[in-house]
Amino acid sequence: MKQYETVIGLEVHVELATKTKIFCSCSTAFGGAPNTHTCPVCTGMPGSLPVLNKKVVEYAMAVGLATNCKINQYCKFDRKNYFYPDNPQNYQISQLYLPICRDGKIEIETASGKKEIGIYEIHMEEDAGKLIHDEWDDCSLVDYNRSGVPLIEIVSKPDMCSAEEVIAYLNKLKRIIQYLGASDCKLQEGSMRADVNLSLRELGAKAYGTRTEMKNLNSFKAITRAIEGERARQIELLESGKQVVQETRRWDDNKEYSYTMRSKEDAQDYRYFPEPDLVPIVISDQWLQQIKEQQPELQDEKIVRYKKEYQIPEYDILILTSSKKMADLFEDTIALGKKPKEVSNWLMGEAMRLLKEEEKEADEISFSPIHLAKLIDLLEKGIINRTVAKEVFEVIFREDIDPEQYVEERGLKAVNDEGMIRKMIEEVIQTNHQSVVDYYAGKKKAMGFLVGQTMKAMKGKADPGMVNRILEEILNQ
Amino acid sequence: MAHIISDEIMEYVGILAKLELSKEEKEQAKKDMGNLFDYIDKLNELDTDGIEPMSHIFPMENVFREDIVENQEDREAILANAPKKKNGSFQVPKTVE
Repeated sequence: MKQYETVIGLEVHVELATKTKIFCSCSTAFGGAPNTHTCPVCTGMPGSLPVLNKKVVEYAMAVGLATNCKINQYCKFDRKNYFYPDNPQNYQISQLYLPICRDGKIEIETASGKKEIGIYEIHMEEDAGKLIHDEWDDCSLVDYNRSGVPLIEIVSKPDMCSAEEVIAYLNKLKRIIQYLGASDCKLQEGSMRADVNLSLRELGAKAYGTRTEMKNLNSFKAITRAIEGERARQIELLESGKQVVQETRRWDDNKEYSYTMRSKEDAQDYRYFPEPDLVPIVISDQWLQQIKEQQPELQDEKIVRYKKEYQIPEYDILILTSSKKMADLFEDTIALGKKPKEVSNWLMGEAMRLLKEEEKEADEISFSPIHLAKLIDLLEKGIINRTVAKEVFEVIFREDIDPEQYVEERGLKAVNDEGMIRKMIEEVIQTNHQSVVDYYAGKKKAMGFLVGQTMKAMKGKADPGMVNRILEEILNQ
Repeated sequence: MAHIISDEIMEYVGILAKLELSKEEKEQAKKDMGNLFDYIDKLNELDTDGIEPMSHIFPMENVFREDIVENQEDREAILANAPKKKNGSFQVPKTVE
């Protein structure tokens, strides 16, 4: 068999986090009853006129700058014509001739090292409505709530050659865009959607092979499976002397197979032309400068700074900076005077554990750095022990309570009264006679059991170190 | 310089516009479209060397709105124009992906 190289380029659509649609002041809120966020503009009524949302241009500029693109300071919209019921105007307003951003690149890292992925362009456009198939009447129902929601389409160069690189690229884009606050980038909810263009060529060949485009990929797992599936399908075609047909295929993740949606023969002639209802956009140097100055510190920059400023492992830095929310929480807690290592331990340990348990993303963390700082304070001053601190942390994580008040109200303060601990240990020894006998017989485990029983009797509030010491003292008398 | 529109072009334009035309209508449309092109050809008589292409006849740029929700729900009014509706949605012939 010949050796083939996979060539992949991505078209990534990202729904921007604006409050209103791109060309009308309807809400973009997700999940409203059908057609409740609609108006004559986003339902394509004759005579209605689109007016561009300034925030869309600013988000697109921010993403372009963060991905090292050149910003086209003179750009405009074009009309892409096609008939489909999810598109009520019979055209989509998009950008073809002068997109807002061109010629960018981002760096990705995989097991095989660092690599640059080129970005061909980023353009602004409007989303389409949603079609729901109605089984009863054998018809389709259209909901235009999503029609006119602003999108940017990020078109990469065909610079990727494996599923691993594609995932790394998508993760990188997602982080950048989330840091900018330009979108929440949720694949499952469709606020980030990736179409995969894939072709094969013989190893060492210069010319590209015929590519197919795959749609309907709504998780990283689906993307990985689809890439592997499509590569195998194309190899089979080529090896049996057949040809790959340029077409759009729809991935079915349940069946793990893709189906032809439309092929080149009935490829649509979109008859693009300059959008007459919208005037050109001229981005002044001053406006561009203003957006540049507003750019937050991105993950790559944070990683470099953390390495310099904080004595924490590189792995921890990667996790802490993986979401802006987490990084902000980390920095804000340190700003309240807490040690980086201690703050990092809480976030890396307990917070990550709870996020995993509740199947949440780091961006969904909602507690205040003040409460985490107070908790660390209570622990450092010995007012509570570490076991209790972990329990209190869970409540902070879930309900963002004030730990000082909580510890006070629930009576969770550590007991450091030796006399009291000694009394409790004596009671435990009396009721667990067998363990004492075992201990003297050399079973070290019995010791742990007795400590545990004492901690339990004291509702976890005793200092375990002190319990250990006193217990040993009594047993060895 | 009369333009002749071929049957193939007419057929293709019909498909793109989703129009089903009778034989007579097609003949008429071919004539009309030819005239249209003849008219547009008049523009070629002008010397446009060194003139930037324009997309807009008004000397305007940067017409924006702020990102503030202003439209209230008015589903009844929007759906009032629908030939068919169901469950608060526009009802259309079945679409197959």
